[in-house]
Amino acid sequence: MDKLLLIIKREYMAKVRNKSFIVLTVLSPIIIVAMIALVVYLAKVNSEEKRIVAVLDESPFFSHQFTEGTEASYIDFSNISLEKAIDSVHAAGYYGLIHIPEGDKIDIVADKIQFYTKESPSMDILGSIEGKIEHKVREFKLQALHISPEVMNELESNYEMRIVNFSGEKNVKGISELKAFIGGGFGYLIMMFIIIYGAFVMRSVIEEKTTRIIEVIISSVRPFQLMLGKILGTSLAGITQFVIWIISAGLLTYGVLSVMGIEVDAFHNQANISPEAMETFNTTASQDTIQLYVNELVKIPWGTLIICFLLYFSLGYLIYSSIYAAIGAAVDNETDTQQFMFPVITPLMLGIYVGFFSVFENPHGPIAVAFSLFPLTSPIVMMMRLPSGVGGAGVPWWQLITSIIFLIMTFLFIVWIAAKIYRVGILMYGKKPSYKEIYKWLKYK
Amino acid sequence: MANLLVAQNVSKSFGDYTALNNVSLEIPEGTIFGLLGPNGAGKTTFIRIINQITYPDTGKVIFNGEDLKSEHVQMIGYLPEERGLYKSMKVGEQALYLAQLKGMSKSEAQKKLKYWFERLEIGDWWNKKVQELSKGMAQKIQFVVTVLHEPKLLIFDEPFSGFDPINANLIKDEILRLKENGSTVIFSTHRMESVEELCDHIALINKSNKILDGKLIDIKRDFRNGTYEVGIETANPDVLKKELATKFTVTKAQFRSLGDELKLRIQLQEGHTANDLLMYLTTQGLVTHFVEVIPTANEIFIETVKRN
Repeated sequence: MDKLLLIIKREYMAKVRNKSFIVLTVLSPIIIVAMIALVVYLAKVNSEEKRIVAVLDESPFFSHQFTEGTEASYIDFSNISLEKAIDSVHAAGYYGLIHIPEGDKIDIVADKIQFYTKESPSMDILGSIEGKIEHKVREFKLQALHISPEVMNELESNYEMRIVNFSGEKNVKGISELKAFIGGGFGYLIMMFIIIYGAFVMRSVIEEKTTRIIEVIISSVRPFQLMLGKILGTSLAGITQFVIWIISAGLLTYGVLSVMGIEVDAFHNQANISPEAMETFNTTASQDTIQLYVNELVKIPWGTLIICFLLYFSLGYLIYSSIYAAIGAAVDNETDTQQFMFPVITPLMLGIYVGFFSVFENPHGPIAVAFSLFPLTSPIVMMMRLPSGVGGAGVPWWQLITSIIFLIMTFLFIVWIAAKIYRVGILMYGKKPSYKEIYKWLKYK
Repeated sequence: MANLLVAQNVSKSFGDYTALNNVSLEIPEGTIFGLLGPNGAGKTTFIRIINQITYPDTGKVIFNGEDLKSEHVQMIGYLPEERGLYKSMKVGEQALYLAQLKGMSKSEAQKKLKYWFERLEIGDWWNKKVQELSKGMAQKIQFVVTVLHEPKLLIFDEPFSGFDPINANLIKDEILRLKENGSTVIFSTHRMESVEELCDHIALINKSNKILDGKLIDIKRDFRNGTYEVGIETANPDVLKKELATKFTVTKAQFRSLGDELKLRIQLQEGHTANDLLMYLTTQGLVTHFVEVIPTANEIFIETVKRN
């Protein structure tokens, strides 16, 4: 036990003191936050840029239709020729020119309206101009049909389906997607952790082989202790890195956004509105929806979710990292690992894809159930299903328990196999191992 | 003298390949035991079994009177042939880590390391990283780590590789001193001159089988065949040579001397003694050189392996 702690400590310190690890830990949040800040900044600059569009209206229909808007401001060019107008728009560096030709009928005129720009115009400007024209054309048509705007308003209807579950509770559209995203986040975290830190374990095993320290060490400790210590030490380093990332990225994002003058508090206040406060609002449809979302989010069984996450995370990580350790032991250098990596990555990828395509669509369908029971994908897929709860409308208890039992059995089996491969592999040099060769190792005493 | 380590009928195979076939050995306490054999003979497998890195298929190993068990690793120090250190770790930290893995407390390890580092004049390496050291320097640290916990049994596999002659001599003296202090040493090497210098006992393993073992001096006695190197000043060397050839097996000898006497290697027949030969020679001329040819470990090694 003491020796295991020693190994864990050494592996942890070796990882944490490693220069590239430190650089990665410090730089990643800065890079991510810088990227977020850049995107936010660019979006802001983009929307702040005032675009000016000239309007050459030769018809009697569209006067006063093009007024100052959020997307652009409009300048009236009257009584000049089209060529001149184009020239001056070009010279002044305006965004574009709307040319409305002469005509008696609004339909015909509208058909002939053209928008001149240097490059293809952005969707929001185009949409806004089209909207304005549409609006005017409709107004004229309504007049021609002798329908007053009041009557028109009466006619307009906006329908939204109300969704209720069998026990009569109100439901909101998109909530199952939201839940799947939360579960997907957990699943994705598990996958990323396995891929990044599993590879660390593998590299560390290869390092011990290539520096030839391995034989000195396993004359003092059992190979299994070394393998376990390595996996645990590396994962502790990984958890340290993740925690640093999450905290520093959070702080930095908050800092940068407030420096850039974006009200972070505004989001917070909105999110923190108490149900009572909500009711005092003049409840509109959208606030009702927010209320429902909040209710649904509160109803997600966070306790179960977090306990299950820890369980699936640890077992899943231990299974995969022992496979990684065995691969590291079987090869002499990293280039030889390729042939073994594919079968390891495949179930992880499968878990993520099946998760995003099938579980989002139907969290309790047969494919989702199968993959959340299969132990190599269950840590990812089950995490995606769990936000809808356990029992009742959620994941049936028997599925959760079966999945965990399968996972534990697989864990014991894989670790047993991996330890055997590891024990033989670390002392094998100069042999390019094949699957057949490794199968033989399993039979060594 | 008690045996520190006894191997009884140890066999080990990897798949179809037999690495050790029914090998039995006795290693007496307080001796230096040479484990010899051609490449791939099974020496490393045997050493790994003692270190409990692998386990025998059949047979057993008795250490210090008990069946070999995992607690015994603390009483064994092993310097493998393929050895290395963590490159990016500092020398001192690494030595401490390896010593603690052998069950020493941190403070004890620190104290002993200080002693050894001073003894081998490497005290100022403590904070260096291993990648800054030369191969020989790293070997010294590995040697210290092997002997630090004062094991009852020391196993050195090619301990002198990578050392310059001065440091090789230093390590040789340390090994002899460790033996004086009561340690038992298993010494595996291909350098026969160090076997001559150091080993009390040897065992020869070839193709997974033990083909020879015992006290080096006894083995040499068994391999002596009554051959003497002779130098003689005589008026008519050719006649003498012919004459000798009728009685003994005579070949030319190579040894350094000051004169240009006749140099011969003469093997006695059954029933003759060295005195018979010497007396005869004194009648033929002036004997300048008369010495028994003792078989070297090298010759024994080659002859035994070939005979097999």
